[in-house]
Amino acid sequence: MIELRAIYILWLREMKKFSRAKERIIGSAAMPLMFLAFLGLGFRGSDVPGIDKGVSYMRFLVPGIIGMNMLFSSMFSGISVLWDREFGFLKEIMVAPVSRVSIALGRIAGGATTGLIQGMILFSISFFLGFHMNAAFPWYRMVLGFGTMLAFMVLISLTFISLGLSFASNMRDAQGFELIINFVMFPLFFLSGAVSPISNLPVWVRIFSYANPLTYGVDGIRGALIGHSMFPVSFNFLICLASSAFMVSLASFFFDRSDSV
Amino acid sequence: MPAIEVKDLIKQFKNTAAVKGITFDVEEGRCFGLLGPNGAGKTTTLNILATLLRLTSGSAKVAGFDVSTQKNEVRKNIGMVFQEPALDSKLSGRENLEFHAMMYGIEPKVYKKRIDTLLSLVELREKENVMTQNYSGGMKRRLEIARGLIHRPKVLFLDEPTLGLDSQTRRLIWNYVKNLIKEYKVTVILTTHYMEEADFLCDRVAIIDHGKILVKDTPDSLKAACGQDCSLEDVFLKYVGTDIRNVEEREKIW
Repeated sequence: MIELRAIYILWLREMKKFSRAKERIIGSAAMPLMFLAFLGLGFRGSDVPGIDKGVSYMRFLVPGIIGMNMLFSSMFSGISVLWDREFGFLKEIMVAPVSRVSIALGRIAGGATTGLIQGMILFSISFFLGFHMNAAFPWYRMVLGFGTMLAFMVLISLTFISLGLSFASNMRDAQGFELIINFVMFPLFFLSGAVSPISNLPVWVRIFSYANPLTYGVDGIRGALIGHSMFPVSFNFLICLASSAFMVSLASFFFDRSDSV
Repeated sequence: MPAIEVKDLIKQFKNTAAVKGITFDVEEGRCFGLLGPNGAGKTTTLNILATLLRLTSGSAKVAGFDVSTQKNEVRKNIGMVFQEPALDSKLSGRENLEFHAMMYGIEPKVYKKRIDTLLSLVELREKENVMTQNYSGGMKRRLEIARGLIHRPKVLFLDEPTLGLDSQTRRLIWNYVKNLIKEYKVTVILTTHYMEEADFLCDRVAIIDHGKILVKDTPDSLKAACGQDCSLEDVFLKYVGTDIRNVEEREKIW
């Protein structure tokens, strides 16, 4: 049973807290921004094999870093359920007459919105670092590309908040947090082709890239913004849609099953 | 119809049995006290009644609804004040109450009034816009008690409600709870380590240890049966002994 009222209330709580935590907004945008600045400027002008001719490394990188930002902010917001448990507030939520699925969806909605805001900040800054959309695009194609990027950002967000929530539901406290950052988030990031073309990877590593939903998210954003991608944008979109639907269901299942206290 | 019916309740965690078959009833508008040393199974019992934990076997009904099969109905009818603070520290006192009211589907017009009244009652009206991270322990407790009442629950669970509070605050809370029972016929289940608290508030108490009820009766007959000048504390110690308990936290998965 899905209760929109409860989803809205939980979303509202996230927004209130987000708007008050200025340092959180700056802090979470800093890491992707540094990746963007140092990798982008560091490899400026170099010819990276696997990137289409005429596409500068910076333009290849920006969609990847937007994907990275969505991955990291989403995973953190999914796992933040653990802080609610640590500070006791989870019990207050769980004892309310609201279905567990709605609680999970409320958190996902809140996390996706904050991720989207952060992503937009990053996207705006990238133009000052030399990013531009495909200059051959007519204006309506640019608008369409921008809209498509937003759609991909939402889908990436849904997928990985759900992954974070699934982990959090199966953990008792925040001790496994570092493990997840190092053994889940960074591999997902590097395998997605966010910073280097997947075609350069050895075949056995590439298998993992193809199994990674972020790969299709990043590739989709590339297609939408710069018009160069491995797979057709529509194919990427379908994969992202399927993975987010699957992950949201999985997270709801785990969250429902987990202990509240 | 009793407000709470618990029959042969058992809760088995991975390696330990926390509750080993307890049975009790509480009539509507009464206060029932669960007394027991640390790790006796008091909080586990409350969490099961509040639908936060699944029971392993036995049955429990709250306000006429089964805690295993009618969770949502149970949740609508209960208010809970947890042992440890369960506030969002990044929200103000009023926002915490508003969040609660909205979760219970109360109309804004209605809850605004109720929150005003409750905040005055627990004497937090002046601090309602302060983030709860800046509240003292006593303020948090008072706010939580106010919160547990916004949706006018039939049954109120108080898990060590006055733990670590000063005497003034404790008195205030006692009088308030007593009044709730008298005026609104709220049914209260209370766990506590303070015997004078149980004596003051509860119509009946159960002394529980190692997940089992050792005795249940009115505080007066327990004291009378114990001997002359017996306090409830003497009764308690007679039943559970004077050994200190070591309680391990539940095992970690990661």
